Amino acid sequence: MRPLIRRAPILDPAPSRWRYRVHRLMLTPLFRAFLKVGVPAFLIVFIAGAWLSSAENRGRLTDGLADLRAQIEQRPEFTVRLMAIDGAEDALREEIRAVLPYDFPLSSFDIDLEEARATVAALNAVESATIRIRPGGILQVDVTPRVPVAVWRGHDGLKLIDLDGRFVAPLPARAERADLPLVAGDGARDVVGEALDLIAAAGPLQGDIRGLVRMGERRWDIVLASGQRLLLPEDRPRQALERIIALDQARDMLSRDVTVVDMRNAARPVLRLTDSAADGLRQVRGLETQ
Amino acid sequence: MKELYESQRAMRHMRKAAMQRGVIAILDVGTSKIACLILRFDGAERFRDSEGVGSMAGQSSFRVIGAATTRSRGVAFGEVSAMPETERAIRTAVQAAQKMANVRVDHVIACLSGARPRSYGLDGAVDLTETMVSDADIGRVLAACDVPEYGAEREVLHAQPINFALDHRSGLADPRGQSGNRLTTDMHLLTVEAAAVRNLIHCIKRCDLDVAGLASGAYVSGVSSLVEDEQELGAACIDMGGGTTSLSIFLKKHMIHAETVRMGGDHVTGDISMGLQIPMATAERIKTFYGGVIATGMDDREQIEIGGDTGDWEHDRRTVSRAELIGIMRPRVEETLEEVRLRLDAAGFEYLPSQQIVLTGGASQIPGLDGLASRILGQQVRLGRPLRVQGLPQAATGPAFSASVGLALFAAHPQDEWWDFEVPADTYPARSLRRAMKWFKDNW
Repeated sequence: MRPLIRRAPILDPAPSRWRYRVHRLMLTPLFRAFLKVGVPAFLIVFIAGAWLSSAENRGRLTDGLADLRAQIEQRPEFTVRLMAIDGAEDALREEIRAVLPYDFPLSSFDIDLEEARATVAALNAVESATIRIRPGGILQVDVTPRVPVAVWRGHDGLKLIDLDGRFVAPLPARAERADLPLVAGDGARDVVGEALDLIAAAGPLQGDIRGLVRMGERRWDIVLASGQRLLLPEDRPRQALERIIALDQARDMLSRDVTVVDMRNAARPVLRLTDSAADGLRQVRGLETQ
Repeated sequence: MKELYESQRAMRHMRKAAMQRGVIAILDVGTSKIACLILRFDGAERFRDSEGVGSMAGQSSFRVIGAATTRSRGVAFGEVSAMPETERAIRTAVQAAQKMANVRVDHVIACLSGARPRSYGLDGAVDLTETMVSDADIGRVLAACDVPEYGAEREVLHAQPINFALDHRSGLADPRGQSGNRLTTDMHLLTVEAAAVRNLIHCIKRCDLDVAGLASGAYVSGVSSLVEDEQELGAACIDMGGGTTSLSIFLKKHMIHAETVRMGGDHVTGDISMGLQIPMATAERIKTFYGGVIATGMDDREQIEIGGDTGDWEHDRRTVSRAELIGIMRPRVEETLEEVRLRLDAAGFEYLPSQQIVLTGGASQIPGLDGLASRILGQQVRLGRPLRVQGLPQAATGPAFSASVGLALFAAHPQDEWWDFEVPADTYPARSLRRAMKWFKDNW
């Protein structure tokens, strides 16, 4: 009989009960997944949480991060040294420099390009703008300026407007832009294109036109340099104007004592004479009737 | 009988659960070695939709993914004799197999090679209530078998219906759906010692494993080493193990008899050890290298160094001729085979249509054994090796592993057992309910 009580350890190839169990446990898929994923994840979260639980450590972490960020931002590769503006006149250029008050040199991280673009695009004289940072540390502003097509006279002075009726710039004196037509009246800014059409159609009268006045937000009056007014109808004003021109050329109508040519009713054009002309006419008629 | 039914059913359920998980372990606890195979059920056969026998006779449904063998300790005559030792040996084998398979197994199917099996032929008969035989009738006729008094300390290991007869027609494989008046059945009941089963199950439980099935070693080695026509026409499989020589007789693809002779290869080793006065390990080594059962003139001249480490030169330089070794081995092998002959005669083996005898097991590897066996057992003797199964390592394909491989086949395709059929409901409420159902069926 072999001794039942083991006194000295004998060489046994068999795994001990616990080693056998641990081996089986390690072969359990769920346990292995837990060991591979669960335990490291728990350790990371636990250690990070424990470290972050002290305010001093948190402060150190945020300071360190901010410091690191600042270091990166201040690298020469990210420095913007000057601003280049393309496509703008000198006045507009000054204006853009005024609205983008950057204090160069500056890190490109500190420039909000989208906001800067919005600021520049909000300028009256700017139709559209693109802003980018060019290699070499240049803030490149490309501007498409608005093109003034007319002078608008409002209550507060003269302004340049573009085809859409937007203000481009204030105008100190009419003479500065004598080449542009003058428009006035409520609602005139919305139909600048129509006004330009009429002026183009004026032909021989073009030199005489002082300006166009929008009446009742529906029709145009043309004011001539002589102070005569041509009242155009709401619809088909161009034909009416051509008719006036034809009358003028045929009968020299506008060189006579006429203050107003009323074409609002196409079937019945009306002329208003000056007072003296009217008196003269009345006298002539009186003579005739007498 | 009731609790046996329950426990066997529980095992069947466990086996089903293990098949669901796809991994099951095979444990052959023998006297000289403990083998553990780990099977994975994921072959193409599992998803085969067509009927019939699949490729490789249906065993390609599983694959061996882990195999380990260890020297058995604490097992004598195929029974557990020193439980902690056996438990440790089982642990070694299971752990090594798990390591190879890299998968954890929880269910194990084990086989018992010893435990003094006894076979009983049972028959039962019932009159059919309806003209056609239904599933319930099968259960009823199996329940009608009168169980012999097999002893209090014994347990039923197998109870397989092997034949059905309907009226005067016998030899029906499946009587269901056939019409007749009286259904009779023959059943083969195999009982073993309850203590051996309990000890083995306890050892396995101590290794944190669940027993999903138990089978007789004689039966499973017959399953793996007999070919199909031998099983059909009648054959005996003689599994010559270390401590026991188990024999099983097959007819019509059913085991009809199983028995164990409590003598095996270890006794041969013991004889050599005693006869030559050498340690058991040396005796085992000499047996496997130089052993044989038929001496020739050449063997007189072949000297074997048997050695020793006493320090005495004369003692340590001893030699023995191979003829002497054969002279020691042969009587024991003859004795074993004669004992087998007696058991076969007692079982009526000579009345079978074919009397093929297949020798398998580790001790059947003795050179010349087939010649000796044909002198004792009859002319039709061959040496058998287990069926080849997918994934089995080369080292585990020898005849010593026929029980392990057979157990794997048994796990994949278990034989119908008594407890696989529903017990007839003999309680009154169930019967009245069934009658009510029948009334509804008849009238609506």
